[in-house]
Amino acid sequence: MATYLLNRLWQSLATLFLASVVVFVGVRALPGDPALALAGEEADPATLAAVRADLGLDQPLVAQYGAFVKNLLQGDLGTSIATGVPVTDLIATTLPVTLWLSLYAVTIAIVVGIGAGVAAAVHRGRWPEWFANGFTLVGLSVPSFWLGILAILYLAVGLRWFPASGYVAVSEEPLRGLYYLTLPAVVLGTALAAVVMRQTRSSMLDTLSADYVRTARAKGLRNRHVLTRFALRNSLIVVVTIIGLQLGGLVSGAVVTERIFGLPGFGKLTLDSVFTRDYPVIQAVVIITTFAYIVINLAIDLLYSLINPRIRVGGSTR
Amino acid sequence: MSEATPVTQTAEIDLGGQRGQVLRQIARNPLGVVGGLLLLAVVLTAVLAPLLAPYSPEQVHFDTPFQRAFTVGFPLGTDDLGRDILSRIVYGTRVSLLVGALAVLLAVVVGTPLGLLAGYVGWVDVIVSRLTDLTLAFPFLIIAVGLAAINGPSVGNAAVALGIAQVPTMVRVVRAETLRHKELEFVLAARSLDAGGGRILGQHILPNALSAVIVQATVIMPVAVIGEALLSFLGLGIQPPTPSLGIMLSDAQQYIFRAPTAAVFPGLAIAVICLGFNLFGDALRDALDPTTRKR
Repeated sequence: MATYLLNRLWQSLATLFLASVVVFVGVRALPGDPALALAGEEADPATLAAVRADLGLDQPLVAQYGAFVKNLLQGDLGTSIATGVPVTDLIATTLPVTLWLSLYAVTIAIVVGIGAGVAAAVHRGRWPEWFANGFTLVGLSVPSFWLGILAILYLAVGLRWFPASGYVAVSEEPLRGLYYLTLPAVVLGTALAAVVMRQTRSSMLDTLSADYVRTARAKGLRNRHVLTRFALRNSLIVVVTIIGLQLGGLVSGAVVTERIFGLPGFGKLTLDSVFTRDYPVIQAVVIITTFAYIVINLAIDLLYSLINPRIRVGGSTR
Repeated sequence: MSEATPVTQTAEIDLGGQRGQVLRQIARNPLGVVGGLLLLAVVLTAVLAPLLAPYSPEQVHFDTPFQRAFTVGFPLGTDDLGRDILSRIVYGTRVSLLVGALAVLLAVVVGTPLGLLAGYVGWVDVIVSRLTDLTLAFPFLIIAVGLAAINGPSVGNAAVALGIAQVPTMVRVVRAETLRHKELEFVLAARSLDAGGGRILGQHILPNALSAVIVQATVIMPVAVIGEALLSFLGLGIQPPTPSLGIMLSDAQQYIFRAPTAAVFPGLAIAVICLGFNLFGDALRDALDPTTRKR
């Protein structure tokens, strides 16, 4: 177990290091001179040189990388060129929106996905299974942003059940905040729910035909008990795995969902920074997303090894 | 049903028989047939776009903007510039398939050799595994954002971002196949006959890994088609006035109150394309690999 943890930790650190190098090199491959962007087009060479020295751009690349990492570790992500606001402030205001949205969407996906998956496995060959299969196909084939537009068209504009756009901070007005986030979260969670359901269904089918479940039934345990104690526990492992694998899709989905519903989140910050060529923000956004992605994946792997003793055997990582 | 092939037949004909068997398997699966027909329709639409589209996709009709669907002359209505939505969808299908195919091509061309080598040569495995981990560390949208920031948004960028994001899974699939095959008797036999590593990989393992590559390609394709639409929707992919289903949806959202149907049909087209690939891909996987057959 300890070997596995250390191995996995070291792998993540190596990936973090490589990712930071890629971002560092990538940002320097961007067209345009950051010193020119800061000092203005008409700046004289002396001012430019001063700005360049100030930014550390006259240092050798390795030293620049060192400074880059140092700033990063101190939480200094620079200042947005477009707005003049420190990048950390921008992130502090936008990130909670995206976190609430994602958390809400994942919750919906887990509840709907596991519920429908269990129903499909228990009621084989009847309508719950057909419904589940259809839902999976639709979830994998329909782009979420189209679903979002349709939801706005019919549920927000047509039936007026939900607001079409807008955001209320969940931390300030929890109920109204969640109400505003419901439609976006459903849209973001649909594809995830489809995947969770498919996997839950197939893992349930495996478990229900396993010998130890038959033994439990033979002992006279009630059906409900067998389902919750044995089958559901196994599908939990599946869900943890799926969420790890679908994380990238969730990130992309959040960006596009925020765009459709006009949410002032991290995804909007990402897109705005690209369109305004706000390099410090682009760099920060890419780094934060990548790091969060690696760290969450690590956490999921560790969680996975805790709830699923089988993968610890031999300390192998694959 | 086909009986066992006579021993006198050459290997090539035998392969043809195998291919026929796969097709027959798919034909017995109703969902696979539906998927195949959808795909055929989609591909024909893309190829025959100039014949099928009533108008040029970029032709504007300033006197008839925001036409609803099912109006005379414009079966699916018109957009804000009076462009025919049906024609734009027909041409948009071309873009979707083109970007999807490019992404699949990139994933196959880069992923297959890396996967073969990683499965066969120990030290390559270490490097390739690190690289796939690194690539997986970047969500595909972040790759697209980075490329768009460096090169400006374009078709090529969209295809490259989508392709790069799919390389790691392709590498893993081919690597697993290589690991599975390299200890089998026929490979050991080839090795004992002094066949070199390149020959073993190319002539013995690759042909056996090919079906896994094809199945993975059918998985990648719908993901890439949706990805293209998503990038174009966000302004990071295809640039107007080239018709892309994603751009049409993004435009339609601007005037959703004036012409609601403009937002419905492009999305439906994406769904049909992806449904076709998903259904056909599922049937193909079942036909090629009986062990993964759905319960």
